[in-house]
Amino acid sequence: MTTLTTESPAGASAPAGRRHRDVQGTGRLAVLLLSPTFLVLGLVVGYPVLAGFRESLYTTGQSLDANGFVVQGSQFVGLDNYTAIFHGDRATAFWNAFFNTTFFTVVTVTLETLIGVGMALIMHHAFRGRAVVRASILVPWALPTAISGLLWRWIFQADGVANAILHHQVLWTADGNQSKVAVIIAETWKTSPFIGLLVLAGLQMIPQEVYEAAKVDGASPWQQFVRITLPLVKPTLLVAVLFRLLDVLRMFDLPFVLIGAHKDSVQTLTMLAWNEATNLRYGSAAAYATVLFLYIALVAYLFVKLLGADIIGQARQHKSRKAAA
Amino acid sequence: MRALSVSRRTLPYVGIGAVVFFCLVPFYWMAVSAFRRPSDQFANTLLPSPWSLKNLTSVFSSTNGFGRALLNSLVVAGTTTVLTLIIGTFTAYALARLDFRFKNALLAIIIATSMFPGISQLVPLLKLFTDIGWINTYQAMILPSLGFCLPLTVWNLSVFFRQLPFELEQAAMVDGCTRGQAFRKIIIPLAAPGVFTTAIIAFIAAWNEFIIALSMVNKKEMQTATVTIAKFTGQYGFDQPFGTQMAAGIIVTIPLVIMVLIFQRRIISGLTAGGVK
Amino acid sequence: MRRTPLVGGLIAGLALTLVACGSSSTTKTTTTTGTLAGRGPITFATGKDLSGNMQHQVDVWNAAHPSEKVTITELPADADGQRQQMIQNATTKSDAYTILNLDVVWTSEFAAHQWLAQLPQSQFDLSGFLKPTISTGQYRGKLYAIPSASDGGLLYYRKDLMDKAGITTPPATWAEMFADCDKLKKLPEAATAGCYAGQLDKYEGLTVNASEAINGAGGVVVDDSGKPNVNTPAAKAGLDVLVQAVQKGYIPKAALTYKEEDGRLAFQAGKLLFHRQWPYQYSLANKTDGSSKVAGKFAVAPLPGLSGPGASTLGGHDLAISAFAKNKATAADFIKYFTGEATQRANLIATSQAPTIASLYDDPALVKQFPYLTALKASILNAKSRPLVVQYGDVTAAIQEAAYAAIAGTKTTDQALTDLQTKLSALIK
Repeated sequence: MTTLTTESPAGASAPAGRRHRDVQGTGRLAVLLLSPTFLVLGLVVGYPVLAGFRESLYTTGQSLDANGFVVQGSQFVGLDNYTAIFHGDRATAFWNAFFNTTFFTVVTVTLETLIGVGMALIMHHAFRGRAVVRASILVPWALPTAISGLLWRWIFQADGVANAILHHQVLWTADGNQSKVAVIIAETWKTSPFIGLLVLAGLQMIPQEVYEAAKVDGASPWQQFVRITLPLVKPTLLVAVLFRLLDVLRMFDLPFVLIGAHKDSVQTLTMLAWNEATNLRYGSAAAYATVLFLYIALVAYLFVKLLGADIIGQARQHKSRKAAA
Repeated sequence: MRALSVSRRTLPYVGIGAVVFFCLVPFYWMAVSAFRRPSDQFANTLLPSPWSLKNLTSVFSSTNGFGRALLNSLVVAGTTTVLTLIIGTFTAYALARLDFRFKNALLAIIIATSMFPGISQLVPLLKLFTDIGWINTYQAMILPSLGFCLPLTVWNLSVFFRQLPFELEQAAMVDGCTRGQAFRKIIIPLAAPGVFTTAIIAFIAAWNEFIIALSMVNKKEMQTATVTIAKFTGQYGFDQPFGTQMAAGIIVTIPLVIMVLIFQRRIISGLTAGGVK
Repeated sequence: MRRTPLVGGLIAGLALTLVACGSSSTTKTTTTTGTLAGRGPITFATGKDLSGNMQHQVDVWNAAHPSEKVTITELPADADGQRQQMIQNATTKSDAYTILNLDVVWTSEFAAHQWLAQLPQSQFDLSGFLKPTISTGQYRGKLYAIPSASDGGLLYYRKDLMDKAGITTPPATWAEMFADCDKLKKLPEAATAGCYAGQLDKYEGLTVNASEAINGAGGVVVDDSGKPNVNTPAAKAGLDVLVQAVQKGYIPKAALTYKEEDGRLAFQAGKLLFHRQWPYQYSLANKTDGSSKVAGKFAVAPLPGLSGPGASTLGGHDLAISAFAKNKATAADFIKYFTGEATQRANLIATSQAPTIASLYDDPALVKQFPYLTALKASILNAKSRPLVVQYGDVTAAIQEAAYAAIAGTKTTDQALTDLQTKLSALIK
């Protein structure tokens, strides 16, 4: 969590000094408005996560006593669970999964963004049949993940419809690069609508007058898109992409159902953590989860830093605008 | 010139066609599979031959309790959505429109809760809910879903709220509205598309939640639809009742989509009618 | 054996992450020995109720025992999801599940963690059970679970084509099978068919099939004393059969993605001449509703081996009592009822699941209804268990890793088995 918080003082301290009394008033209101969210998140996420971090420093039930029973109780092992991730076979598996996770993230999020924005623009401009488009766009996203995983598995099986269309037998579900393609197709199909829906909402909130003014100025559609639409929809788009990033970096179900466990070509970091947990090495699993968290936090931090002035920075801009006025 | 205008008129429809095709072709395959006989569920013909309603009827066979499960899903997802929106709106408003310290830190903490492999929360929660006797209750499913939905809701809404010009709200307050009134009468209607989209996303996320619902409930009457689908069994040991699961998938998805479409028109028009003017 | 899981059920594995978070305050589970006390209502946690027969049998019990009613608690249909829910239940020490329907490979793990109540041998008469099934319910010589269903692999072959080619007996060895296949392939109707397939995708089925190849050549994965001993000429010769069959095209490439159902569909479509499969395929492939092109055209035989009949890997389920449950005495009685001859007979008729009671395989009426029973009995009696170890999940993953690398050609058989021996030695101490 600390990674993202470092920039906060810069953003918050300036107004605090300037309009002290007002801030105190709104501060109290803010606490009131914020506390339910933090209460829920603290209980449902915070507590389990902290428990998990503690767990990652322990090892449990990894030896048998003379009667063959698992020795009960846990043992403090410091950072051993973490260092083990980076040694020997485990390190190979880790870096392979790290690469896969990153690869899936970059490729699918890029595709989803392009397709999603395209969808949103089409829906925004479509007049007749808009309801149909909207309904169809919801379908992939609304389908339970379990069901869509199964659906794609049967589409991609050796005698499945994908190969029937291609007139060529590709073993999509066997270990190898073709399985990566299968995962990317299924994932992009399922989640592009997420970006599409959010961007559409962003588009709908752009006042029509802005476009009319631009038209009067003689801006071409492309200029309108680049100069008006894109900047105005950017904050929404960035939040959508950010949450997609977080999701894909934790990807698990789809490769698991579609291709299967233990297949190197689609092994993700969450799958490694799952493998530890399912074999009852809880400490180690928690260590993987923590490492994954750190990686995701880093990615999110860089994303916000590089692109995201609009996401969390607009309040600041606004303030400076007001100060200038 | 004429060619250009024709292409400009047809282009959007080509686009619409492409989007609909992209989204619906795999879904078409699902529907076709659902209408095949269970014994030829893996056939590759474009239409089922022969057609069969066996998959659909077995979804609703009395032993599955699927109708009740749909109702449970509706209760859980509906409550989650309403609560997420209420709580999330407050928080997002504070983050978007109020000046206070550590705002970015709080935003960071909220999103950080979406960075852990979601299921690592499960066992501690299971222990907790077991201890306080929440097993087989709706709240044991709603509360965790709420936790999963809130970060996105808060971030989304705060972006939408922030996008609206501050002057409107200030003008309203100058006119004698309280902050709350200004928010309700100005911001919410203007942000309606965003609020509504966020609601859809939260609802779908809660509707499709599986692992919490599976673990917190061991009574059939309290099961949600996704859990029930996972428990569909075939007639024999290695049978994956693929056709039945596809049929169930359609049954849980289509009403959702229709409902969203209806609500969308009603809610948005309702909100904007009472809006700024 | 484990089937495609439904997504979330599996994810659940990860959920275990925090299972032990309160465990520094160790709760010493009292080792339950001997007596199973308490009577009253109980639950039966199980994954599959095939054909609704299980509910029917429970209803019969409930009618006779109104104060000791049994309720079925349904678990997910996929094996991983079932194991997951049972482990969660055990780690929270919940009494929600009384009787657990365990896959035979889970017994050791559950027993070693003291999640199961030990069963007094004197109370359970296992003399009528098929011998190999009994050991699946034991851990370190003590009884923890009663076999309720068994399973063994069979060789399905195209009898019609064999007859046409003038071959009268099914092959007993791999070499015979491939030679027969060469002959069959000369027939026009078999020209495009693949020779052989089993369950060779990288999942539990591969462990089953690779172990069978190794056992069928006189090799072992784990020897009788429980020590891994897989880096032997016999084991190598066994695994090599599969490796070379893939190389020479006897096993079609697509078969490397086959689980049970994929293979069944290929066999039913007439695309396979020989197929290693569980008994469940028998009645499905004989369906005359148009879904099977081989109805009435095939027969079954014991699995082939290197120089004689092979050995199947043992499948099936065991019933055990959760250590944290109430009313264990009722549970024990219900297990006796549920694994008894009458119930198993009814279950065989309703679901065609392989029983664990030996005499049912010799019953003329049943053999008439299920002609494969004789071959199946031979298969099970000769069957080998997968390693009965606590860390079964790691062991099977290692076997899959090695076998998949060998048959996919990314490692030599030698290298794969050397690596496997090293891994297993570290896992099984």
